[in-house]
Amino acid sequence: MSWSFQRTTPISHYHQRKSGLLQRLHIDATLLILLISLSSIGILILMSSGHEDIGLLQRQATRLGIAFFAMLVVAQIPPHALKIFAPWLFLVGTLLLLGVLFMGDIGKGAQRWLDLGFFRFQPSELLKLATPMMVAWYLAERRLPPSIKHIVFATVFIAIPTVLIAKQPDLGTAILIASSGLAVLFLAGISWRLIMGVIAVGAGLAPVLWSFMKEYQKQRVLTFISPEDDPLGAGYHIIQSKIAIGSGGVYGKGWMNGSQARLEFLPESSTDFIFAVFSEEFGLIGCIVLLTIYLLIFVRSIYIAIQAQDTFSRLLAGSLSFTFFIYLFVNVAMVTGLLPVVGVPLPLVSYGGTSMVTLLIGFGILMSIHTHRKLLSS
Amino acid sequence: MKTSFDLKSSLQENRLFLSRSITLIIFVFLLFFALIARLTYLQVETHDKYTDLAQNNRVKLSVIAPVRGLIFDTHGQVLAENNPSYSLELVPEQIKDMNETIQRLSELLPISESDIKRFEKKRKQHKRFASTPLRNRLNDTEVAIFSANRHLFPGVEIQARPLRHYPFPKLTSHVIGYVGAINEKELKIINPVNYRGSRFIGKTGVEKTYENELHGNVGYQQTENTAQGRSIKVLSHAAPLSGSNLTLNIDIALQKIAYDALGDFTGTVAAIDTQTGAVRALVSKPGFDGNLFAKGIDLASYQALQTSTKRPLFNRSLRGQYPPGSTLKPFFGLAGLDYGTITANQKIHCPGFYQLPKQEHKYRDWKKGGHGVTTLHDSIVQSCDVYFYILAHELKIDRMHTFLDKFGFGQKTGIDLLGEKSGLLPSSAWKRRARNQVWYPGETLIAGIGQGFNLTTPLQLAHATAILANKGSAFKPILVASIDDTLIQPQSTTPITLKNDTHWDLIIDAMYDVVNGARGTARRIKLGAPYKIAGKTGTAQVFSVKQDEKYDEENVKEHLKDHALFIAFAPARNPKLAVAVIVENGGHGGSVAAPIARAIFDQYITPPS
Repeated sequence: MSWSFQRTTPISHYHQRKSGLLQRLHIDATLLILLISLSSIGILILMSSGHEDIGLLQRQATRLGIAFFAMLVVAQIPPHALKIFAPWLFLVGTLLLLGVLFMGDIGKGAQRWLDLGFFRFQPSELLKLATPMMVAWYLAERRLPPSIKHIVFATVFIAIPTVLIAKQPDLGTAILIASSGLAVLFLAGISWRLIMGVIAVGAGLAPVLWSFMKEYQKQRVLTFISPEDDPLGAGYHIIQSKIAIGSGGVYGKGWMNGSQARLEFLPESSTDFIFAVFSEEFGLIGCIVLLTIYLLIFVRSIYIAIQAQDTFSRLLAGSLSFTFFIYLFVNVAMVTGLLPVVGVPLPLVSYGGTSMVTLLIGFGILMSIHTHRKLLSS
Repeated sequence: MKTSFDLKSSLQENRLFLSRSITLIIFVFLLFFALIARLTYLQVETHDKYTDLAQNNRVKLSVIAPVRGLIFDTHGQVLAENNPSYSLELVPEQIKDMNETIQRLSELLPISESDIKRFEKKRKQHKRFASTPLRNRLNDTEVAIFSANRHLFPGVEIQARPLRHYPFPKLTSHVIGYVGAINEKELKIINPVNYRGSRFIGKTGVEKTYENELHGNVGYQQTENTAQGRSIKVLSHAAPLSGSNLTLNIDIALQKIAYDALGDFTGTVAAIDTQTGAVRALVSKPGFDGNLFAKGIDLASYQALQTSTKRPLFNRSLRGQYPPGSTLKPFFGLAGLDYGTITANQKIHCPGFYQLPKQEHKYRDWKKGGHGVTTLHDSIVQSCDVYFYILAHELKIDRMHTFLDKFGFGQKTGIDLLGEKSGLLPSSAWKRRARNQVWYPGETLIAGIGQGFNLTTPLQLAHATAILANKGSAFKPILVASIDDTLIQPQSTTPITLKNDTHWDLIIDAMYDVVNGARGTARRIKLGAPYKIAGKTGTAQVFSVKQDEKYDEENVKEHLKDHALFIAFAPARNPKLAVAVIVENGGHGGSVAAPIARAIFDQYITPPS
């Protein structure tokens, strides 16, 4: 009876409607169009922020090509196969993280890279996908909502990569990985009482923890929370970024006309702070358009999650959708001074390789989940 | 059992997942609107504030220092110019390995330990992107060497800055003076806006006196700058106004003749065009190299200049106050004639000394046996002291003061050069005022031969000589002939009228015979001159040295020697140039000072073609 619920008419409709080329290639057209528009906007901003550096654009385009290709490849893998890989991927990822911690390359002051000779690789990127997969795999096998014991185990699976990555130190990625795991837990239906309880305990413990902290530690936390107290140090990025965004106004200064970025006042204008360049040049209207594209991608993704047929796919898809938007939120909130600077790129727009590949592989998974349903149902 | 449970739970899970998804969607929408709200706040509410900040970031106002005016001599010879000074400068931000770069540079160019030390010190004060000098004053060869290897040194470049240069360093050190870095005291008096871009200011001489004219006006430039301070685009530009060029009355060739003629002596010469007051030569020897100051003098060199017993930094021509000695005799003679105290034919007997009535003290003549029976004319020609003791005794000090005051003694000539001293022309009133003492008759006698309290500067002497040569009418001594194209008009002094104009001729005739007469004290310099010189020698006792005990034993004798003086004008019947020469510790005016004047006249009146 409940099976019939899962095989309701919309699915057969769907099956009939999309049996064309895209369906056979396991591509979701809506997502693809949205993702391509986003990447195109990214290239456009990068032209401005990178001072028309053709080499930079070529590298970014190449990465995008690789990332879209990876997405298409992953879309071909059926979700049940992904489910089988999940624990192994997580295990390998965690071992690699340990490897990085003990013998990793130091890039930009943080240990993140693993040099495999021909390829420099950030294991934390792997964990961005492996963590929600692992938690989804673990909970999908259990009765939902999960029992306290399973919640504890799931929390451990989330905590291991989070702590290891935070130690690198890469707080931004650690936050994203933790939220991707916690999203799975939330979607799996842990009780509101538990959620509220944890929040209450956390809020209650914070002042106690604060009182035990040494003065310099407190100072560090304060600077982290309020960087503008240190305008030439930690606050410089955020001050310049706010000037860029604020001076953009409603309509912006026009493409390639943002003085903050073009005159190099804005640090990391092609990477983490590219949103400020966009805001300066395209103004509030441009920002709303850009954020709406992200929102649409999220909506499409969460729709795919709701449409998914098995628990693993559903949990994973839901987590990936949510994490994608959290990426955007953390970056924009950071650039606009709502959150401390933690170093999260603007998804699909910021210059930089691996995170883009990871993100699109995530969308590959979403496409796979959506387009493999007929196989599951038959 | 298991299946039914699963089916049931599956349905439950579905509902749960849907509700949780909806919660997430709501949450995400909340986050979305939070971001939109934040952006609206930044881009609408506080837009104006951030626009201002962006503008301030971007636009930088920088000053452009004006080019300092040049200084030329009367024939257009450059006396002060601005040369590019090349310095090797490093931008720390652009240099990966500072030590290695300096090491490689030192293999190419001489770089001393102190250069490196100074660089390290400055580097800490500068911003990382600011160009910091490692070596200053590279010569052309060094510039060429570095330029050829420039590509090997990213972040290292050669900067050219204008540096004041004096092509005749020792000759013009006191007249032109020099520029130096602006100090605290000067900062308070200059217009801070106009000097915003300037590093130097005139410290002495013409450079100081005409600072306003030479400096020019500052310019501005608005540039669009990067965060690193690199300017990308000029937004607006207000050109600086260069300082005016000055043409001096000084004739550098004449200046050189005078300087060289002083030989190894310490001394000073002033030469004034009698027809305009134009100062043709103003020498104070020894000079020093003003370029040292323009470049930034090091402490050791400065101390050496300061402690030198010859006091090269002291401008003798303007600030040196010497007892004029017998050079005052023609003026006192004229005073005697004008007041009717004496007549031209009146004779006195000179036994070699003079005694005031009822006094034992003998005021001695320089000539032991005396000059015998002598007139005013002979007394000037042979510089008889007794004649002038008697004259002074008759005239009394206050009449002497009144008369000589008309010739500018005891007062500044008003030359366009700062720091002039006024000398001293004593009177009983002065003595009461300054020393609170009565005037003694004996002091009048001493004053009568230009000793005692009398003090004159060389410029004063030359100026008074010019007045005498022109028979009462003359011009204020002036150094600058023109500022850019504007000529400076000569300023005449108050003419002196005598009761009888022939008295001028009597005195000038006597001065003529000082040089041209058979028994004149300066007769040696007449030989071979195609024109006639009129002059008066002087020998002044050195008082100041007695009080100065710093000098070591050996030097004392040298420094106790008399100063040799000579005032003269030529041609005697149609004067063109008046000259005053003072040779410190030179001995006799006739033998030491007069030949210097001759050399000057030769150059001025019959210049070698």
